Amino acid sequence: MIELTSITKKYMMGSSEVDVLKGVDLKIESGEFVSIMGPSGSGKSTLMNIIGCLDRPTGGSYILNGTRVDEMDEEELAKVRNRNIGFVFQTFNLLARESATENVELPLLYSGVKEPRALAVEALKEVGLSHRLGHRPNELSGGERQRVAIARAIVLNPSIILGDEPTGNLDSRTGAEIMAILKDLNAKGTTLVIVTHDPAIAAHSQRVINIRDGAVTGRAG
Amino acid sequence: MLLWQVIKVAWRSILANKMRTALTMLGIIIGVAAIIAMLSLGEGAKKQVMESISRFGTNQLKVRPGAARLGHVRTGSVENLTMDDAEAIKREVPGIKNISPSVGSTGQLKYENRNATSLITGTTPLFMEINNFPVAEGRFFDETDIKLMKKVAAIGTTVRKDLFGDGPAIGEEIKIEGQTFTVIGIMSMKGQTSWFDPDDQVFIPVSTYMRRLYNQDFLNDINIQVESYEDIPDVKKGIERVLRARHRIPEGVESDFSIRDFSEMIATMQKTSQTFSILLSGIAAVSLLVGGIGVMNIMLVSVTERTREIGIRMAVGARRSDILRQFLIEALVITVSGGLIGIALGVGLGASISYFGDWETVITPSSIALGFFFSVLIGLIFGIYPARKASLLDPIEALRYE
Ligand SMILES: Nc1ncnc2c1ncn2[C@@H]1O[C@H](COP(=O)(O)OP(=O)(O)O)[C@@H](O)[C@H]1O
Ligand SMILES: [Mg+2]
Repeated sequence: MIELTSITKKYMMGSSEVDVLKGVDLKIESGEFVSIMGPSGSGKSTLMNIIGCLDRPTGGSYILNGTRVDEMDEEELAKVRNRNIGFVFQTFNLLARESATENVELPLLYSGVKEPRALAVEALKEVGLSHRLGHRPNELSGGERQRVAIARAIVLNPSIILGDEPTGNLDSRTGAEIMAILKDLNAKGTTLVIVTHDPAIAAHSQRVINIRDGAVTGRAG
Repeated sequence: MLLWQVIKVAWRSILANKMRTALTMLGIIIGVAAIIAMLSLGEGAKKQVMESISRFGTNQLKVRPGAARLGHVRTGSVENLTMDDAEAIKREVPGIKNISPSVGSTGQLKYENRNATSLITGTTPLFMEINNFPVAEGRFFDETDIKLMKKVAAIGTTVRKDLFGDGPAIGEEIKIEGQTFTVIGIMSMKGQTSWFDPDDQVFIPVSTYMRRLYNQDFLNDINIQVESYEDIPDVKKGIERVLRARHRIPEGVESDFSIRDFSEMIATMQKTSQTFSILLSGIAAVSLLVGGIGVMNIMLVSVTERTREIGIRMAVGARRSDILRQFLIEALVITVSGGLIGIALGVGLGASISYFGDWETVITPSSIALGFFFSVLIGLIFGIYPARKASLLDPIEALRYE
């Protein structure tokens, strides 16, 4: 369960402060599928990064599965990113020099799993990429790259998957395939939070959260 | 992340930039090679000294005419050391085990139609013991031969080869400077040192040399063996006192003779190898420093180029310590690879120094260990800053980096 209370985020731009998030309250139950929508620059990515423990809020409290995340040290945050959260990015963020399997192995290497190869191959099979194990990212299509990224996100069975515009760089057909995979994971019990501009994609979710100018404005669902 | 996995990642990034890495390694390679060559030279000099110790013994002193000057080999041109001086030293200075005067000059040898030029040394039987240079075949001349000024000779192995080839030598008659001598013994083989072949030498009784071959009243050397190594300073003082009195040298005036002992021989030998070592350690220090800075530079470039990679690794759970370790090991892989090549190069360099130059070199495991240690040290010193910089990146900013 994700529980954000009065989350704020400020950036220093030269000498002036920029309020990117202005007190966000948000509660997402385990197993939910939530879409976040809003205009560009409204603070969606900033919010996702905080939820994903990549960034720290300036103020407010964040409780993840019953633990205060905003009070954790760097080492504990790294562990949460490794074990509890799978992050899928718009730009895939794969390592160019490594094969699909090696990219998926990456979280396993940092968690100290003994046999990373088998788990990575298993995850790639789950996203339908068994035939592309040794391919490098530049030898894969956009949809395939995002599937590798999803395999990497799910390889340690996290309770939450976060997608920041996961279909943003894909055509609508490929985007739909990616959404099908993510929905399938949600159906198996994983909490799913995605940022999207596409109402058709948001329509798949149980709940849509609208963000405008750093604050939640309304919900539908 | 396991160590071999980190090393694999490091190798991959190094192989992606082969040329760049090779150029970076160059400083380390040269530096480590210089360390190895320097140490092998130092070890070689030490070995030569040890060999000299076993060859001559540490208990040896030599009194020579003329004032002392370090590192300068003197010919017997100053004529002030006499048989009576030698007798006086033997009589008056305690702590002396053996004493033997010697005279010598280069002379012509002839046997049948063969000619040779070698050193003719006139001395006494104790010379053999003092110099640890025994006769191998036949006999050396004895006190009777000296008393009777016999024309007998014991020849070195080189002389034997030059004059007789493989034929019999003992009992044969040879001409030394036109006078007929009988060969009565053949010396054992002493082996060539870098400046002098002791086996290219003919020994004859000192009296024969001074009275019958040449008419010479002065000695070239008084060879002395002391009772024990610790006595050397006292014996030197004693000789100094006796000879200065006999030569009537006033207080404050330099002696007209010099006493050479083993420590001076070592000093002379070590001085030359030391000069070379200082030069090499300078090269080693400079290239290791420059090489280290090169490694730091390339690692900073690598960290910048791979900012996004660092962000990705952090996003999937890498801790700051994981990132630090990864870049530190990458620097170490570069310097240790360079170090290993440098060790190989240094071993080759040492071998060619002793092959082309007249130097002995010895490669020891400890010098290889030191070369390895330095390559690790340079990797740690110059790798830590870039690695720290990488580990302190902000995950979000790293992921946004274009
Ligand atoms: N590191 C930063 N420094 C300053 N301003 C930032 C920084 N990161 C984001 N912002 C600003 O915060 C606002 C929200 O950004 P973001 O969360 O990426 O919006 P969205 O994802 O909704 O398009 C933008 O106006 C952006 O310029
Ligand atoms: Mg965004």
